[in-house]
Amino acid sequence: MRILVVGGGMGGTIFANHLARRIHHEMKTGKARITMLSASHEHVYQPGWLYVAMGRATPDELVREQQSLLEPGIEFHVDPVEEFHLAENHVKCKSGKVHEYDLIVISTGSRPLPEKIPGLKENSINCYTADDAVEFFKQLSDFKGGRIMITVGLPHKCPMIPLEITFAMHDFIKDRGLLDKTEFYYTYPIGRVHSLENVAKWAAPEFDRMGIKYETLFNMKEVDGKNAEVLSEEGGAVKYDLLVAVPPHKGQEVIEKNGLGENGWIPTNRSSLHMEGEHGKNVLVLGDTTNLPISKAGSTAHFEAETAAENVAAVIKMGRPVKSYDGKVFCFIEAGKDRATYAMFDYKTPPQPKAPTGAVHAFKMSYNKLYWATARGLL
Amino acid sequence: MSERVVDARGSFCPGPLMELISNMKMMQVGDTLELLSTDAGSAADVPEWIKKVGHEMVDTEQDGEGTWHIRVRKAK
Repeated sequence: MRILVVGGGMGGTIFANHLARRIHHEMKTGKARITMLSASHEHVYQPGWLYVAMGRATPDELVREQQSLLEPGIEFHVDPVEEFHLAENHVKCKSGKVHEYDLIVISTGSRPLPEKIPGLKENSINCYTADDAVEFFKQLSDFKGGRIMITVGLPHKCPMIPLEITFAMHDFIKDRGLLDKTEFYYTYPIGRVHSLENVAKWAAPEFDRMGIKYETLFNMKEVDGKNAEVLSEEGGAVKYDLLVAVPPHKGQEVIEKNGLGENGWIPTNRSSLHMEGEHGKNVLVLGDTTNLPISKAGSTAHFEAETAAENVAAVIKMGRPVKSYDGKVFCFIEAGKDRATYAMFDYKTPPQPKAPTGAVHAFKMSYNKLYWATARGLL
Repeated sequence: MSERVVDARGSFCPGPLMELISNMKMMQVGDTLELLSTDAGSAADVPEWIKKVGHEMVDTEQDGEGTWHIRVRKAK
């Protein structure tokens, strides 16, 4: 079986490594082959940008050579796919090379698009790329007081980042002795401070305790940079001195261009992770690329990838998949510089977050280093 | 005018209302959307947001399996 993995992020890498470990014998004897195509030779641990924005990590700590993470036997090419020909079971890359397959796994991820909101890109900071996270740190370091507004676009990657960045900035400002000169103003698209009801029930009193103001049902419509003001779809207007954005996201352009999914999100079966539609039988979709109504987060990609790899291995060895994806997501929630909690949930079970502790924060900091074992399919 | 169905059953995060808001950004004025939700809160928080922004509620009903079907129209 020729297995083609498109995308070298968390989903694609964890899938490929898990599968390679399970079908080692079949790969050795030529009965199965895994090829990965990526747009980059680097693999980035994206959750780490939060720490760069706070001056607690540097960008190079979060990057590894993709090839170095892959199991021996996985063929890797830095050659982004430009054309998907799903009816003919092949793709065409930027180089012009054509790759045929029996099974394709699409895990191309998502991208922040602050330019979707007029005025947002030029007037705000965010921590979704290396450059943006460094710029974030510079502007936060230079901040001398005033109102820091947090504004959230939809949809976005990493559902915990609005809370995490707010708590982290609070501690950063506090440590610099600027708390009495600073007002935090947090806004959120729905009628509570987080999408997860139980997380919102925990976070709102934390905001109250820290003196962080908040406004809900606030969806940014445009940013008036001249007057330093954010206008909302709901008719609101909030002034800022420093604007921190969680920009709206889209899937990758190549997905849209090939007609695989509106805004780059591919319609996906929530249990089998197959692409919906007539050509979806040998197409699996992982991570942010799906249109599933679950978190666009590394842990989602991780658990989906493990399920998909186990199923593909079972199909190769026994002719049938063995499990369904149950919607499992596990997200750490950094509640400042030295405390954290977590939210674990699936399609049927809501999360029950506990009070944040130093121990969970220590575990999160450890996991930031252990991630590379996860990418390798070991953890 | 187009119609779309957003299946947000079992969605705790981002949740039905966030799914609805994201999808309405992709719609044209006059398009309708049917949201499927297993969260009873959707029957209240979706109309609240729709009213605040100025879109239009079409109808809301719960089927025999407990799924809410909430239909809205993009008005602006």
